[in-house]
Parts: sequence; structure tokens; C-alpha cells
Amino acid sequence: MKLSTAGVSRRFGDPIVARVSTIPVPFDKRKDTTLVQSSLDPDGDYRGYAAIVVRDKVEISINTPLVHSVQDIDQFKSGHVIVLEPLNGYIRILYRPESPHNTLLVTERCNSNCLMCSQPPKDRDDIPALTERNLKLIDLMSPAPEYVCITGGEPTLLGEHLLKLLSRMRDKMPSTHVHMLTNGRRFAWSDFTSEFSKVHPSRFSVGIPLYADSASLHDYIVQATSAFDQTVLGLHQLARHGIETEIRVVLHSLTIPRLSRLAEYICRNLTFVDHVAFMGMEHIGYAPRNMDELWIDPLDYQEELEKSIVILTRFGIDVRIYNLQLCVLKRSLWKYSSQAISDWKNAYRDVCEACAVRGRCGGFFQWTTKKESRGIHPITEI
Amino acid sequence: MSRSFSPKAAFRPSEKGYRLLPFRFHRIGNEKEILVNECGEFALAPRGTAERVVRKTLSADEELYTTLKAKHFIYDDYSSALLDVLASKYRTKFGFIYGSTKLHIFVVSLRCDHSCHYCQVSRQSVDKGQYDMSQKAARAAVDMMLRSPSQHITLELQGGEPLLAFDTIKFIVTIAKDGAGRLKKDLEIVITSNLAFLTDDILDYCKMERIKLSTSLDGPAFIHNANRPRPGGDSHKLAVDGIKKARRALGSDQVAALMTTTQLSLNYPIEIIDEYVKQSLHTIFLRPISPYGFAVKSRHKTGYETDAFLEFYKTGLSHILEINRKGYSLVEIYTKILLQKILSPEGTGYVDLQSPCGAGFNVLVYNYDGDVYATDESRMLAEMRDFTFRLGNVLEHSRAQIFSGPAFVNLLQAASNQSLPGCSDCAFQSYCGADPIYHHATQGDLIGHRATSGFCKRNMRVIEHLFSLLQNSNPEIQAILWGWITERNLAEMRADLPQ
Repeated sequence: MKLSTAGVSRRFGDPIVARVSTIPVPFDKRKDTTLVQSSLDPDGDYRGYAAIVVRDKVEISINTPLVHSVQDIDQFKSGHVIVLEPLNGYIRILYRPESPHNTLLVTERCNSNCLMCSQPPKDRDDIPALTERNLKLIDLMSPAPEYVCITGGEPTLLGEHLLKLLSRMRDKMPSTHVHMLTNGRRFAWSDFTSEFSKVHPSRFSVGIPLYADSASLHDYIVQATSAFDQTVLGLHQLARHGIETEIRVVLHSLTIPRLSRLAEYICRNLTFVDHVAFMGMEHIGYAPRNMDELWIDPLDYQEELEKSIVILTRFGIDVRIYNLQLCVLKRSLWKYSSQAISDWKNAYRDVCEACAVRGRCGGFFQWTTKKESRGIHPITEI
Repeated sequence: MSRSFSPKAAFRPSEKGYRLLPFRFHRIGNEKEILVNECGEFALAPRGTAERVVRKTLSADEELYTTLKAKHFIYDDYSSALLDVLASKYRTKFGFIYGSTKLHIFVVSLRCDHSCHYCQVSRQSVDKGQYDMSQKAARAAVDMMLRSPSQHITLELQGGEPLLAFDTIKFIVTIAKDGAGRLKKDLEIVITSNLAFLTDDILDYCKMERIKLSTSLDGPAFIHNANRPRPGGDSHKLAVDGIKKARRALGSDQVAALMTTTQLSLNYPIEIIDEYVKQSLHTIFLRPISPYGFAVKSRHKTGYETDAFLEFYKTGLSHILEINRKGYSLVEIYTKILLQKILSPEGTGYVDLQSPCGAGFNVLVYNYDGDVYATDESRMLAEMRDFTFRLGNVLEHSRAQIFSGPAFVNLLQAASNQSLPGCSDCAFQSYCGADPIYHHATQGDLIGHRATSGFCKRNMRVIEHLFSLLQNSNPEIQAILWGWITERNLAEMRADLPQ
């Protein structure tokens, strides 16, 4: 599945965020609507639309912002929210009401620089522009999603802008569960956390990575001094304000050796966390570059993973495993496995055709190619 | 745009080394040492580790260094010591102090039909009404109880045999509920009875008022009846029938049984435990006998060595674990309390094993005549004319006067094991308690002498035994023990076991 495409843009200077309609709408509904058509009717009335997207090449001149010669217009469904870029005619789907995996990308900046980051940060100030886009997006998300994930970069770098986005979500989508992925460092500052706690949506949780019980090791993995201290204090501040927390641990050769120690650390120091998620590593972004240092075959860490899970579950903490295929997981751990890879980046291998448990397997990221576990095989006996 | 990565060396402490946070240690056998910090977090390490830590010869490259730093034993200049987190753990461990006195025991009557050897009560014959609590004393005691800051109050009605003074019970329940309602406090009521006088009317009343029942079951008939003589020698039958009837009427979770260990019991741990299973009970408390009241006077019958109790406890615990392994859930309470202290971040408010001591802080006893005692054992001493722990009288003193009076202040000086000789540097300090009343009764001194203290020996040995169990048991046993700690059922714990 692709979520973006491009065409030839005409007649607009700023990015346009609008809801898709594949059929013409009355004039008073056009302001926030992008009409998607295969061709333009020379006699058609296109006044008032936010933009028009057309598959065919358009020769005639109209007064409405336009992207034409767009290849895959079939992916656009009425109700989607898309953004159109003026410079390159790039079109991206921001919201699909039918998907369980909608996200709000709030910045690509980050104050950490994790060795295995799947979306390496960019050092340019995209915050004001993205905030404006996202505020508009929130207004257009209709029907409101059941679940939406705020992601970055590091969302807390938005400061005031984040509070603005969250309070808008709280007001516009009161029954939506909003999950925010953050390194949690900024929450160490109690004044920020206390402001934050006043505006977040009512169904709200944060997912925060913690990679070791050791400050030195965690900080090395995230490439930021004081990150461990800030994250741990941040988690405590969040708990003080009753905010639901999930700890996320990416599994690789630097986190595996102290994984069960980390589990013990959580049971003693972060007893309030609601879930711990163990996540297979994505082979994209920085990870391929650092693969020699990070790679461990998942088959080789099953014992340590199970030991860690026993420590957490016997204490009463809920555990999930993401991004690991059932054929590399110990059978006793299958019940923790969760199909979490977003639909648009999920894939299976040819060998999976013969597998009896494909239907409940998380599968692969589309881009998992460089290194693969020697344990990948179809499961035929259940 | 690409960024560069810093090497591991950029995230290391400097050469200045590390500093210490408070911890204590204890040697186990010839090879092991256990280090315990202020919050009860422990590290099992090779013998000699404590010395290496203190002499600052640990290297930041050692796994042990990282572990001890993560567990708040040491800190260095690479990162903050996260003292806020340590403080928060400390607060959690001592959470039981908040709210002050939670358990309030009312001796509604001294009358009793039993004449148990170990009885802590100077019993009176069944018809002597002057040993019942007067309405005036009851009113004042309820008033004092409700003045405790705690939101949650437990009212335990005991005797003698309290069911012999059922009208007094009804009176106390009425005014206590009334007062708790006005103050919006949660009130839990328990009647501790031998159940010999249990009737359907009484059960109806308990059901209506949501009162729980607690009784004594010392084991099978031959032990129970020997420990608990009454005219007719039918104490066991009455208790067992009473338990059945009460469970039917009130629900099985509303009825609990406690056993007392005597010289006779010591030989029969298996039989006693099997009797609890036979009676469909799911908790058992392998309690040592307390050295008070008639128990001290009749030492020739009940006096026994701590060693014998420890054997009894170990045999019993292993039998209980086997019963759980076979699928019947039976929790041993002494073990549960200690494991909670060792393995969980929470503290426990179990009055015999806490510091500051439970006496007075978490429990008060109101005698039939309005006298207030620090514990039930304190009241027993008074029956033997030792008034050291008589804190006052509800008809004469206010709660403030009780807690600032000479008897309580006297108790206070020996109430915290953090400052008791022998305890102040004991590794197991945070798992154990202070029991000034025990030491006063057995050694004639509130502070006491740890080297000869039965309390100390018993708890040290039991805690050592539990550490060895934790180290050497299989995942199934560990899951059973964790189920006790987190109060989850066996099936749920098994579901999470490795296969």
C-alpha cells in the first residue's frame, strides 16, 4: 500500500490540507474539500474547492489550485484527508478513517539520536508549519478515529505547539484514544508536565523507550547525555499526574544482555507503568548503518526475552511483543505477540504462503531485508 | 542531513570513582553475601562484595557495578543519583505509616467457655456479666477509634468469647457504623470467636451488617481439642461445624481461621495443614506461640525452642508449596508478608513485623473496662499485673493524651529497629520489625538483646530460608510465591509460566 503519489501542481503557493471527495459537493462544502476526478469537464464548475486532483493531463486553465497527471488516484477515498505540496505536486494521505493506524507526524526534529532509529531526525525547524497542518488535519478528521498515534521526531520539542494540538484533539475527538510516542525526557521538568496534564485528551497514553537499567548504556543507545535520568524522572512525573504510560524496548544486541535487569528495574522503580512493549528492530533509517553492532538473531535471545517477560508478568505488568514473527518466537511467548505493524508498511514473505499461523502473525516490515533471522519458516503444526 | 555517533566512552563516569548510598549486608554460607539497601532492594553477590564496594575497588566496566548503581547502592558522576526516585521508593515502603491506627480491637467480654493452655486472656466463667464492656466504655472507645486519622478502620470484636456478650456487640456495631457514616470512613468489622455459640440469628445479623468472622483452628481434632479444652471436649467439632455454617451463610471469603502453634502442634505440621485443606480453607498462618499471658505461666506445656518452630515452619511451608503445586491454592501468611517486604516495593502493615512497631501505631486494644493497650499481648501482661503498656483509659484520656502519655513515650523509644542495637546495621532490617513488647516480656527490657532474642533468631532464619528458596526453587514454585505476593490465583500465575 502506498500513501503518497505526485503529479503536476498549478496555482498554489502553500501546502493545502483538505478532505477528499470523489464526487462534486455543493458550493458551501467546497472550502475544505479536494475533488478527485479522472478528467476535467471543460464546462464543469470547480469554483470554491480547496484543490482539484486529476488523473489525466489538464490543458485548460481553471482558477482553483490543481494537481494533474496523478497516477494512482484510486487510492483516494472520500473522507481521506490529504496534503498537497505546491513545489513538486506531491500528495500524501494524512488520514484514513477506515485504518486503525492513523498517525499525526508532529516534527522530524529530535533531541536524541538513537543508534537504531527508523526515522532519523532532521535538523530543520518544521514545527510551526507542521503544527498548522496538523491543527487543520484534526479539524478535518471525520468521523473521528478510535485511535490515533502522535509521533515524530520528538513531540515534546513542540512545547506550546504540542499543548495547542492536544487541547484541540481533546475538544474535537473526545472519544478517541490518543497515544503519543516520546522519549519522555522533557517530562522531567515538572512545570511542563503539569501544563501538559491540564490539556491532554481524556483517553490518552504515552509510549516511552527505556533501553537499560544503566544510565551509561541507555544514553549511549539514544546518543544523549542525561537522557536516562530525564526519562526516568519524566515517567515519575507522568505517573504523578495519572497519565497512562507504556515502556517500549527495542530488542537488539545492546539491549538484550541486561534485558531481565531492566525488567527488574521496572518492577522496583517504575511500578506504575501500564504496559511494557518489546519490539523487534526495524531495519531502516540508522539501523542498517549500525547493523554490525546491533544485530542479534531473534532466535538467540528468546531465553532472555522469556526471562524478562516472566519477571514483569508475575509482578502484574502487562507485556506485549511487537514486530517479531511467530516462527522466531518461543511458543510460550506467542500469547504476548501483537499485530502492530501499520497496515501500509506490513508485508509477508513467499515462505509465509505455506504458514498455518500467518493470519495471526505480525509479519514483516516491508523493508526488512538486509538481515533476517535464520528461524524464518512456515509453521505447519499448531 | 546526517548526524554522527559518539562512542561508548563518551557515556562513562570519570576516573574519580563512585560514592556510596546507605546499605547493609549479611553473609549467607561461605560463598554468598546479600546486600540490602534502605528500601529493601537486594543484590546477591559473592562473599567479599560488600568489602570491595566500600573499599571502592569496583570498576565501572563490571556488570556488578551497573547492577549496584541501578539498585541504588552506589552512584557516580556520569548521571544523577536519582535520589527523587529513591525517596519515592522509601515513601512507598513506609506507606503503612500514613493514617496511623487502623486496627482497633475491642475486648467486649472476658467471659469464655474454653480454657486453652496458651490463652492470652484471663478468662472468666460464662455467667459473670461484670466482665462485659459497659455501654459507657463502648461509646468512649468507639469515639476514640473514629478519631484515628485513617480513612479505613478495622473494628475487631474479640473476647474472651465475644458471642457470649452479643448484645454488647450489637450496641458497638450500631454506634460504630453510625459514627463512621457521619465521618465518611470505611469501616470493616470482624468478630473473632470460637464459634461454639454461633446461631442462625447471629449469622443473619452478620450477613445483614456485613461482618466477617475469624476463628481458631489448631489442626485435626486430636490437636485442636488438646490445645483448646472446653466442657465436653468438642471444641474442634464446634469450630469446624461453625466454619461450614458461616461460609454457607456469609460466603467463603468472609470466614477465616487462625492457628496457634503449641508444643504438641510442632510434631504435626503435615496433619495441621491437611486439616486446613480438608476444611476448604485457602489461607494458613504458621504462627509461633506468643510468650504472654498463660503461655508464660504454663511454660512447661508450651515453652519450646525457636529451633523446633523453625523445623515446623520449613516442613510446613514445603508441604504447603506441594499442595499448591498440585493445584489447591493455600497461602501461608507469614511467608507472604515477608516475601512482600523482600520482593515488592510496597511495605506491609502487619503489626508484628513492622518498624515503627505496630503496637499503638497501627493497632490499639480497648479492654472491657475502657483501658487502652498497645496490643493484645500488652493487655495479657496487665492481666499478670504488668501495666507497662497500659496507655490510658477511654473514660479518662483523649487520643492525644494516650499518644503523648508516659507509657506510649516509653514504648516509642524502642519502637524503630532503625535505631535498635543489633538491628540498626542488620541487612534484614527493612524486612523485619521492632517488637518492644516481646522483648519486655521475654528479656525484661524494651530494647532487648538481639543475640539471645527468639524474635530475632526466628526472623533471621526464616528470611534466610526464604532467600534460599527464591534462589533454588523452580519456576513453578516461584510463580506460586509471586501469586501470594500479588494476590492472584494459581491458574493465572501458571498461565504465565515458561513451557
